[in-house]
Amino acid sequence: MARIDLDHIRHAYGAKPKSEADYALKEVHHEWNDGGAYALLGPSGCGKTTLLNIISGLINPSEGRILFDGTDVTHLTTQQRNIAQVFQFPVIYDTMTVYDNLAFPLRNRRVPEAEVDRRVKEIIEMTGLGGWAKKTARGLTADQKQKISLGRGLVRSDVSAILFDEPLTVIDPEMKWVLRSQIKRLHKQFGFTMVYVTHDQTEALTFADKVVVMYDGQIVQIGTPAELFERPRHTFVGYFIGSPGMNVLPAEIDGARAAIGDQSIGLNFQPKIEAGAKTELGIRPEFISLGREGMPVAITKVEDIGRHKIVRARFADRLISIVVDEDGEIPAEPRVTFDPKAINIYADSWRVGEEA
Amino acid sequence: MEKTWNNKAWFMVLPVLVLVAFSAVIPLMTVVNYSVQDTFGNNEFFWAGTDWFLEVLESDRFWDALTRNLIFSAIILAIEIPLGIVIALNMPKKGIGVPICLVLMALPLLIPWNVVGTIWQVFGRVDIGLLGRAVASLGINYNYVQNPIDAWVTLIIMDVWHWTSLVVLLCYAGLVSIPDAYYQAAKIDGASRWSVFRYIQLPKMKRVLLIAFLLRFMDSFMIYTEPFVVTGGGPGNSTTFLSIDLVKMAIGQFDLGPAAALSIIYFLIILLLSWIFYTVMTTSDAQG
Ligand SMILES: Nc1ncnc2c1ncn2[C@@H]1O[C@H](COP(=O)(O)OP(=O)(O)O)[C@@H](O)[C@H]1O
Ligand SMILES: [Mg+2]
Repeated sequence: MARIDLDHIRHAYGAKPKSEADYALKEVHHEWNDGGAYALLGPSGCGKTTLLNIISGLINPSEGRILFDGTDVTHLTTQQRNIAQVFQFPVIYDTMTVYDNLAFPLRNRRVPEAEVDRRVKEIIEMTGLGGWAKKTARGLTADQKQKISLGRGLVRSDVSAILFDEPLTVIDPEMKWVLRSQIKRLHKQFGFTMVYVTHDQTEALTFADKVVVMYDGQIVQIGTPAELFERPRHTFVGYFIGSPGMNVLPAEIDGARAAIGDQSIGLNFQPKIEAGAKTELGIRPEFISLGREGMPVAITKVEDIGRHKIVRARFADRLISIVVDEDGEIPAEPRVTFDPKAINIYADSWRVGEEA
Repeated sequence: MEKTWNNKAWFMVLPVLVLVAFSAVIPLMTVVNYSVQDTFGNNEFFWAGTDWFLEVLESDRFWDALTRNLIFSAIILAIEIPLGIVIALNMPKKGIGVPICLVLMALPLLIPWNVVGTIWQVFGRVDIGLLGRAVASLGINYNYVQNPIDAWVTLIIMDVWHWTSLVVLLCYAGLVSIPDAYYQAAKIDGASRWSVFRYIQLPKMKRVLLIAFLLRFMDSFMIYTEPFVVTGGGPGNSTTFLSIDLVKMAIGQFDLGPAAALSIIYFLIILLLSWIFYTVMTTSDAQG
């Protein structure tokens, strides 16, 4: 178990990166606390797998250093780093039995056979592969194979960290839930540092204490689920977290007021904007109230999703979403007000704070 | 569902049937015909039954040639299969090296048998051949015309040179189909180089290896042109394989009956051995 520091890591797959766009990882400077459970969340192609492979030593970063507990491991092999990693697609040794597959990482490290047996049996029980232990792994279904893959990642008890790369993609929803809670339990029990990659926000939010959101080769925000929800540092986080995502509207900022189309909204702070920046106002659908007062909107659609209704409406020539309680009424001449505390202002997509 | 019979379909395959008949069935039946009859010329034939078969099976000449064939094939397989695997494992997987290696590997395969034979026949000659002279200058007494061991060594090296590439290319095709994730997982699991070979690469190559094995077996068992060109079956009978013997019998001595019987026996041996290899290797595949 270890604290992992990523010191100004950049990575390009091509040999001679010329522009920023050639980097699959633009710049990652971050530390993962010892024993933390992190979820790495981001759309496909944003560099999550690349980052994991850099941590585990499967690829060497073009620039930057990696430290485990303060020791530079940048040039150490995967073996020496002692990391467990579960891949997105199942990897099994299909001439071996399920049991031998699970024992493989331990036997390679010369763990005594009695200990191997104890650990493997634990994993077999956890994954529910009991009946298959003695069978060759070849004929198994995709989700059984993925469980073996997952099991091989969990079977070692002495690892510095366990990295999961979308481990449950091919597993059915019910089993997903079971396995995810098993992983969480292992985390509580043994205190491994865990990094869990996913592009599913509920999975991320339920698994982790800290969610790391990546976008286009960068970490755009690290925070608790609540922080990500209330104060998205980047408009992407606003869109990506929450369902429906945050409303982001182009706005002219003038002192402590924001103008959207012909509507003017009072802010409770004065954003610090540099000249020439593209400015936007972000507000979550949950913090817009629909009623008889405020700014006029034209409702285009109402979706009932059980506890809430999602109202799609046209506001100052933009489409916005509003979350309304199930029994909340929708007036004939609807108007909206934005909760000033929940308004975020963005300059060139990044959230801006108050003028000093 | 109702099956539709379309008699036109038969008409469509007719050309192929005719072709196969002329190229395979008719010659084969002619051979069968010769093998059970005797002739003294004038197109007069007498029923000979199994006489020719018995004659062939009872002759030392047959068993000696068969033994040579089996030893030759065993040596060829024992060298070419492992060597092919080792070369394939060490070929580059990406970059400019790939096409270069592939072309180099394919080159020997493109050279016709008799040309290969001629090349080596000259190459190995003690008086003018590069190899022959080089080996002789090392103080080794090498002469494939007079020494049976030297003749065998020459034939084996020649075959290895000519055909190992085939094994390499087949294995390489199996190897490049392995996704990177397997090697990555092996690194994470701390697998040794040997384990990677044993549990990842070998299982993926198994199918192509089976094909390589069968092709190399059948081909080496039917070897004809090279010994014919290089050693002519000698010195003595030391490189007289079944095929060479067959031609001597049929064309040299014009013993059509025994030659036809030998052809059929030869054919059946290859068929039988290939079937045995195939069965053994595929059942072990199903179990393992
Ligand atoms: N082996 C590779 N060679 C070249 N480019 C790659 C390679 N692997 C990934 N990339 C590129 O790097 C970027 C990040 O990929 P990846 O880390 O796999 O994203 P994610 O796991 O978030 O989906 C993508 O644009 C992808 O095309
Ligand atoms: Mg990925």
